Amino acid sequence: MIKVRIPTPLRPLTKNQGEVETTAGSITNMIESLNSAHPGIKDRLCDESGELRRFVNIYVNEEDIRFLKGKETMLKDGDEVSIVPAIAGG
Amino acid sequence: MELTELQIQRYSRHIILNEVGGKGQKKLSQAKILLIGAGGLGSPAGLYLAAAGIGTIGLVDGDVVDLSNLQRQILHSTATVGMPKVESGKKTLTAINPEITVNAYHQLVDADNILPLISQYDIVLDGSDNFSTRFLVNDACFFAKKTLISASMFRFEGQLTTIKPHAGYPCYRCLYPEPPPAGLVPNCQEAGVLGVLAGTMGILQASEAIKEVLGIGETIADKLVIYDALDMKFRKVSRPKDPACPLCGPNPKIKDLNLDYAVSCTI
Repeated sequence: MIKVRIPTPLRPLTKNQGEVETTAGSITNMIESLNSAHPGIKDRLCDESGELRRFVNIYVNEEDIRFLKGKETMLKDGDEVSIVPAIAGG
Repeated sequence: MELTELQIQRYSRHIILNEVGGKGQKKLSQAKILLIGAGGLGSPAGLYLAAAGIGTIGLVDGDVVDLSNLQRQILHSTATVGMPKVESGKKTLTAINPEITVNAYHQLVDADNILPLISQYDIVLDGSDNFSTRFLVNDACFFAKKTLISASMFRFEGQLTTIKPHAGYPCYRCLYPEPPPAGLVPNCQEAGVLGVLAGTMGILQASEAIKEVLGIGETIADKLVIYDALDMKFRKVSRPKDPACPLCGPNPKIKDLNLDYAVSCTI
């Protein structure tokens, strides 16, 4: 089991759940499976060409996937994924 | 300059700490810190920095105090509604510590005025409320080689990091290369923010600033701290330098502040 942490701005899509679960596979698989369970989430994470948006980071445990293998980064049981968008409130 | 009798009394709980001492307290009194925004984050940060005896505090903000600010912006009070935030803030900070100098700049920062402004300070705290200012402040601090302590918040969640690419660490664009396009991310006015979250995040900013001045403790310049008030969880994730960074990478595309910050970054 892999935990995915949903940030506050995306929680309206996950019925306010701050954490959801996914199964092993790549980040691409994870985004697809999140999107079938919570339609609309993919559009918030990825742009029209399917690339991760430049103001949204995904971390596997403590590592930013942009510095791993991007969306092809593989998840294994016990990993924790955090979705972290830029926020600007002050 | 030696500490006076009254200063020794005022700062005795600092001076007794080995990590601060009389020497550290003098460093604090010589430090110059600029707060971008005298709002939710700037309020608690400013209060503690003033109390800690930071010798010069600059407040820059173009707004006036509004009744809806008072739920979190504790520099201000019902009596100062309608007053420029920087004037209201200066009053509060000077009342806590009349020994320090507080400079009030009632203006918005922009590409033309930011460099001369930050050049007068050692450390900058970003407590602004929009992406265009955050990218501008990051870029300006990069060019001026100033350490930037950045915090931001949204509803129940806060983020914090220290930005000092001049010391080999990543910049804000290494973390988020581009701001969201207009309209995609709601601001606090539209989405709300838990008032006390501003206190938590602003005080963490002040704490990191004081550590920078004193040169003590662990830096978070290679981390992003994420705080979730509802889960009561702090997470730290790694924040590497991006070799493709358009600002601080080896082949930079951004060479000055001549970008259209307002258009490309407005939320």
